[in-house]
Amino acid sequence: MPRYAQPGDEVHPGHPVTVSRYGPLARLNHWITALSLILLALSGLAMFHPSLFFLSDLFGGGQNTRAFHPWIGVVLFASFFVFFFQLWRANLPERTDVVWLSRIRDVVAGNEESLPELGKYNAGQKFIFWSMAFLILVLIGTGIVIWDRYFETATTIETQRVAVLVHSIAAVLIICIFILHVYAAIWTRGTLRAMTRGTVTGGWAWRHHRKWLRELAGQRKTKPAK
Amino acid sequence: MNDSPRTAVSNPPTQSMISNLGPGDLVRRSATESLPPPERQLTPVAKLIDVSKCIGCKACQSACVEWNDTTPAIGENVGVYTNPHDLTENMFTLMRFTEWVNPETDSLEWLIRKDGCMHCADPGCLKACPAPGAIVQYTNGIVDFIHENCIGCGYCVKGCPFNIPRISKADHRSYKCTLCSDRVAVGQGPACAKACPTQAIVFGTKEDMKAHAAGRIEDLKSRGYSNAGLYDPPGVGGTHVMYVLHHADKPHIYAGLPDDPRISPIVQTWKGLTKYVGLAAMGLLAAGSVVHGLFARPNRVAPEDEAHAEQLVESPPGGSRETA
Repeated sequence: MPRYAQPGDEVHPGHPVTVSRYGPLARLNHWITALSLILLALSGLAMFHPSLFFLSDLFGGGQNTRAFHPWIGVVLFASFFVFFFQLWRANLPERTDVVWLSRIRDVVAGNEESLPELGKYNAGQKFIFWSMAFLILVLIGTGIVIWDRYFETATTIETQRVAVLVHSIAAVLIICIFILHVYAAIWTRGTLRAMTRGTVTGGWAWRHHRKWLRELAGQRKTKPAK
Repeated sequence: MNDSPRTAVSNPPTQSMISNLGPGDLVRRSATESLPPPERQLTPVAKLIDVSKCIGCKACQSACVEWNDTTPAIGENVGVYTNPHDLTENMFTLMRFTEWVNPETDSLEWLIRKDGCMHCADPGCLKACPAPGAIVQYTNGIVDFIHENCIGCGYCVKGCPFNIPRISKADHRSYKCTLCSDRVAVGQGPACAKACPTQAIVFGTKEDMKAHAAGRIEDLKSRGYSNAGLYDPPGVGGTHVMYVLHHADKPHIYAGLPDDPRISPIVQTWKGLTKYVGLAAMGLLAAGSVVHGLFARPNRVAPEDEAHAEQLVESPPGGSRETA
């Protein structure tokens, strides 16, 4: 069984080599999750700080913002967890992750040659993956407690106070994780196409996820010719 | 005319009047950071509810329903006098009946407390509210909900130390006692005080109400209620609805009236530290990303990387080593 490669991952020889990283359904799911998270952040921030209340105009006023926000949360929860079950195995921590993290200065400076060879994901990507998974669970859990429209009487007011505090802290954290995620994808050139076209170049895979590329190249050699 | 009404018993004037409570009378406005200072200071008002004089007739509830034109649903009798069973978006005040056995005298005491908004000087609902102008506080002490600005989030419910606001399932807006701000604005006292047949509910300036309460407390003490006292809890800065209690040392026996109400520290943290630290953290991270993006060298794939990849794919070293 392959250690890093996931179903659908495949190398395509050429100039340059391209590597399939995400299939069409995974990409669709990713963008549903992304759009939901952006809408949730905008509507949530409107209710978080008075200086950001103007964001509620994007949703057609405060009443709509309040009504839509939890439903978008349900969409995010569903789409993220479909995604989660596709990716969790490739995001399990490894010994290499500790080495990678200990050389975080080289990561930020872009000195890729002094970093260990990696599988499909580096420790930073894994951190974002597990943080997102944990925070989304916290947010959906606390969000249901404070979803007054349907669950107003399900819990005590004291529980709801704790829930709204935890919800706001988790929301701040997930927005920070989101910023890191987007920035890392932009700063590491050649990454965005993995989520648009679904492929990366062989050079990108060689530079950032060499063990994954080696495994895919090896698989190709052992497979019968098509 | 006085700036604030002095009593609830006077009859309304025969000619129409303009409202004496306007935007210039606001001392606090929810989710508003730069509220101009009020144009004048109105005399603080208060409603005083003397629990020892209440006969439980519910005239106050009827007057409230009539004046505010709400129509509470017809409920179900479950064998207690409290009716409806709780405050609702259509029932801003509620007589709560408690049968309490006094351990000192071993006698049954029927405690009747008119529940409703206390109009805190430091209102937790207003602190929690995220919608600009949905909750306001006037210089006379009245805390009022401006329904057109309400978004129905229920944060006021979490902010309130007395469990008072109720969100309507019909229009998704929050409702509670207004201290009849619309009556007070034209020199009239609240409808409940006007209707009370025993003057258990009286209304006037907060100062007058405290003086009136002092007389009542003295009377109760002379009749054996040595712990009689005024409920004007300092934890919320005092309230503009006060109680005279015969057992002021234990407010909780009156259907769970909080002994020492204050805005929950959890709500304070949420609306204080979290709001400012959270905004700063998100802002700094976003700004840092932009700065790094502009000034730091991006992580680019080199032509040699592509060459290595092509070489690897053409002839993978070690064949199936990695997949074994």
